[in-house]
Amino acid sequence: MRQRLLALTAALAAGALTLTACGSRDEGAKGGDSGGDVKVVIGLDAPLSGDLSALGLGMKNSADLAAKIANKKKFVEGVTFEVQPLDDQAQPGVGAQNAQKFISDKTVVGVVGPLNSSVSQQMQKPFNDAGLTQVSPANTGTELTQGDGWKTGNSVRPFKTFFRTATTDEVQGAFAAEYLYKEAGLKKAYLIDDQKTYGAGLAASFKANYTKLGGKIVGSDHINPDDRDFNAVVTKIKKTGADALYYGGEYPAAAPLSQALKDSGQDIPLMGGDGIYSGEYPKLNKKAEGDLATSVGEPVEKLDSAKEFLANYEAEGYEDAYEAYGGLTYDATWAIIEAVKLAVEGNDGKLPDDSRKAVLDAMSKIKFDGVTGPISFDEFGDTTNKTMTAYKVKSGAWAAEFSGAPELD
Amino acid sequence: MHELPQQLANGLILGAMYGLIAIGYTMVYGIVQLINFAHGEIFMVGGFGALTVYTALPSSLGLITAIPLMILGGVLVSVLVAVAAERFAYRPLRTAPRLAPLITAIGLSIALQQLVWMGYPDAKKDVPFPRFEGDALTILGAHIQRGDLFVLIAAPLCMIALGFFVNKTRTGRGMQATSQDPDTAKLMGINTDRIIVMAFAIGAAFAAVAAVAYGLKNGQIGFRMGFIMGLKAFTAAVLGGIGNIYGAMLGGVVLGVAESLATGYISEIPGMELFGGGGWKDVWAFALLIIVLLVRPQGLLGERVADRA
Repeated sequence: MRQRLLALTAALAAGALTLTACGSRDEGAKGGDSGGDVKVVIGLDAPLSGDLSALGLGMKNSADLAAKIANKKKFVEGVTFEVQPLDDQAQPGVGAQNAQKFISDKTVVGVVGPLNSSVSQQMQKPFNDAGLTQVSPANTGTELTQGDGWKTGNSVRPFKTFFRTATTDEVQGAFAAEYLYKEAGLKKAYLIDDQKTYGAGLAASFKANYTKLGGKIVGSDHINPDDRDFNAVVTKIKKTGADALYYGGEYPAAAPLSQALKDSGQDIPLMGGDGIYSGEYPKLNKKAEGDLATSVGEPVEKLDSAKEFLANYEAEGYEDAYEAYGGLTYDATWAIIEAVKLAVEGNDGKLPDDSRKAVLDAMSKIKFDGVTGPISFDEFGDTTNKTMTAYKVKSGAWAAEFSGAPELD
Repeated sequence: MHELPQQLANGLILGAMYGLIAIGYTMVYGIVQLINFAHGEIFMVGGFGALTVYTALPSSLGLITAIPLMILGGVLVSVLVAVAAERFAYRPLRTAPRLAPLITAIGLSIALQQLVWMGYPDAKKDVPFPRFEGDALTILGAHIQRGDLFVLIAAPLCMIALGFFVNKTRTGRGMQATSQDPDTAKLMGINTDRIIVMAFAIGAAFAAVAAVAYGLKNGQIGFRMGFIMGLKAFTAAVLGGIGNIYGAMLGGVVLGVAESLATGYISEIPGMELFGGGGWKDVWAFALLIIVLLVRPQGLLGERVADRA
């Protein structure tokens, strides 16, 4: 009896799994709007559930906002934009399924996302084969646009359909190292990363640039990003006499890590990348004062385009905040909208039949002032905006300290 | 080696928290042989219960006076959820094959996480939890945060109370009887259904205390915190001998100290640089678990149990 039930359960479970897998692929192309405007769909892939959902929901809202604004302004005559969000749960496998879904929906002309580099690695090839443009607002792994050869100066673009408004680990790590060593004058750093693609890549880039400048890495360790207790790790930092702790990872673990560091009686700052540049960080970490982060572009309050974004976001009344990648997502979505505009203008005011190819061809030509600064893409699909800003926590909020572009060789 | 007292203290504090949660696994397992994988989420909702009480209280009330009320709120929420889970999810499956309630528990755990994610304001990300102000205290060469004193006091108190309850009260003895042989216990006039509900409730209450300790220590709670903590606490329960309440606490402390020492010292052994530190601490903790189970399959304090028919 027991064996039979067990076999039955297993069979049912297997069946259910297979069915869901098929189901996601079956959805065919939806018919475009027949009357009046042509409907153009921009796909959005982000983690909309799970622990990174706060970032993902901010991305979804920001992409939605870009489409709404474009429609309201009648930015492209005769075209109505719509954003179709899919949840990748921060899992590469789900991301690959979503990619297939976007590809099979012929109204989709471009995809914004994802958040995680590991998910992106699964999406790049199918998009490339289908000629569907992908713009990521958050992936920073240098190899995504420049191939594995970039470290040896042998950069080759692996996928012609992949663009990003985010900067690369190389740029960010170099800027962080320059700021910490030259501007802040801190010459001994302890290095920690969370062993994920983003964190480890950033930490490695920081280390290479920091030691090149003459800085000393006095020790290094790794943590598990799901942990919240870091007392044992910070106890080890004490005896190394580090002036600063550089952390490659995201704010959910960085906040308690910095807190534990200060708790242990060490008055040194934690520095991180755009993953910790979130309004949540100083809220979760009552001892964040003096901690540092780097992020792409000029500070938001300096740019008119950013002020407009903030006001519009507020006016739409989204339930969730735009978070760390809101501005970059808006710019990524807007880049596709600009490309559609170029495609339509190049085709006598009508959307070309092969709209995906036309959009992809237009991507390398676009140029506009986005929320995070001037947006255009170089020969690798990377953003040409190499300006970074260092922020410091002052009375419980991030404040801009220093902007500049790192010296790269 | 001069940071040894500090690392031991770090491990003890973490381990006491594991131990408090592990009680819930061990009690439920001891009585109904169910691994309640939703227990991590019972712990999580306790944290949110306590936080809700704290936000509702006037801020003029200091944290120290608010703590008893927060514990009360957390315990209330945790116990309610655990009792409801027992009544509606596990009791209908009591005679079903063991695999059925196990899978139900996993499903319940996902459902509870998503409910909090959806329903609690701002809970899609980690939410701040109040902490004690002020500098750390130095005790025997180790820095102890003020918030960490809570678990160092609460854990032994809870254990003493539980030991008294199980050994000296009528219900407690009924519990022991039910765990030894539920059918005979029923024949002797023990209301086994009530005993099972009690086991769930006590486990949940301890988990809520642990959740308050977690919040005070880390300054934040989140809807996913039950997963890792639950997994570690379950490990602690197995390490100490599942079914034995003192074993659960001992297992927790051993696990916590093992993690702490693995983070602190493994990488300093020559040739082991790559295998030490925070990234490997779980590997060493589980290696310890395997070694203990090889030598003592019943766990540190477990009794030898004959397989149930």
